[in-house]
Amino acid sequence: MQVDMRQVEEAAKELYIRALKLLPPDVKQGFDRLAAHERDATAHGILGVMIRNISVAEATDNLLCQDTGIPIYNVSIGRDVLVDGVALKGAIRSGCARATREHSLRSSIVHPVTRHNEQTSCGRGVPVIHIDFTDTPDVLSIEMIPKGSGSENNSWLKMAIPADGVGVVKRFVIDCVLEAGGKTCPPTIVGVGVGGTADLCVHLAKLAATRALGSRCDDPVGAQLEQELTQAVNQLGVGPQGLGGDSTAFAVHVETAATHITMNPVAVNMQCHSARRARATFTPAGVAYGF
Amino acid sequence: MAHHDLTTPLGEDQVRCLRVGDTVTLTGTLFGIRDATLINMFDRGRRTRFDLAGQAVIHTAPNVKKVMRSAAHPAGYAPVCVGTTTSARMERFTRPLMREYGVRMLIGKGGLGRASLDAFRDLGGVYLALIGGTAALETTWIEAIEDVDLDDLNPESLWQFRVRGFGPLLVAMDSAGGSLYREVDAAARERRDAILAALGATDD
Repeated sequence: MQVDMRQVEEAAKELYIRALKLLPPDVKQGFDRLAAHERDATAHGILGVMIRNISVAEATDNLLCQDTGIPIYNVSIGRDVLVDGVALKGAIRSGCARATREHSLRSSIVHPVTRHNEQTSCGRGVPVIHIDFTDTPDVLSIEMIPKGSGSENNSWLKMAIPADGVGVVKRFVIDCVLEAGGKTCPPTIVGVGVGGTADLCVHLAKLAATRALGSRCDDPVGAQLEQELTQAVNQLGVGPQGLGGDSTAFAVHVETAATHITMNPVAVNMQCHSARRARATFTPAGVAYGF
Repeated sequence: MAHHDLTTPLGEDQVRCLRVGDTVTLTGTLFGIRDATLINMFDRGRRTRFDLAGQAVIHTAPNVKKVMRSAAHPAGYAPVCVGTTTSARMERFTRPLMREYGVRMLIGKGGLGRASLDAFRDLGGVYLALIGGTAALETTWIEAIEDVDLDDLNPESLWQFRVRGFGPLLVAMDSAGGSLYREVDAAARERRDAILAALGATDD
């Protein structure tokens, strides 16, 4: 399959808009689940407003949240897909800039030192583009994540040591959730990376935070941690917006990777309740949009 | 736990009688402000031509559309999506905003800290919690962008919105030392050790 770069640019634009306006069904179900079990009246009211906001965004064709985030594009390339990688990255960047200009999106991206805003949602190294490969033939998929800064600012890495055991992972997650409080716009998806190098560990935490609700870590050890920590985090009482309640997190997600015999790294990256993502799938039949 | 329908600007007495747990709905003028606006005003000596005395400011940076100036859009901007941002980053600007400009209400999400709570007590102010991430709904409470200052900082300009029925907002920090965030945080930290013990992960 050969991929048309004009279609990629169009998809990169469309994905940014869709991600900002339509919340994935698994996240909507996550809200319903939290609301059904929330015992605190204020928290229940806050969840109700969040659920109402999803409908208002759909009815008024508006953005769910004012934060257009840092644009992230995750590209997955299947077997027998012919693609010029450099052109693909260029097309994604153009589509991201066009979405910003053509749809009056707030460009939230600035140079880290001068703070200059190009008003395109682009800058040095942004949009973030990750490219990976899959076994499936004749498929190219692009996932778009507008990662909100309120939750991204609550990111941590701890280079723990083997003598700290798995206990340090659990303590670190609990302490990060306490530290984040209401600043990270709970209820959240708490993404946890365990193992790898320092950079891989943080990347794993991001993958975990942006995974669909209901999905589980494919490492059974990670899946066990997910279950334990999801329950534990929701006993803290931080609640929606840090104003108290049972609904601190939709879930804790964990991703693991092998690490060095001397290392025991753990990272946390949070996803706010506006857990936005959109996906375009390219096949010989055309482009299909989903989550 | 009273509800207050208030019109800006506000006097000190109107703000000092608000207590955590009360709710407020605002009508009138609301000013939008955030990181770069405040850094420029207080670290780089820039001044705004707006009179902020008795006013409410919201920690925000909206999505806006440039349009022709008209009665509906006097500043040449239409609001597209207006919500709120994490207030904690703006903590050190609360006192100067109140002392130098006479601001009475701060609106945002996630709460402010000790220094702001002291400023609310000393100078007469409150923090109103808006629900972060619900900007589509909040945009329906905005009537117009009436004016804009420091617009070279766009989108972090100083925005003047006209609002009607903006709320309900929750009084989350008041001038009598009340802070819902501090209460929730203290209670959560008290639960920490028992939760870690159940996970078999107590401190060394």
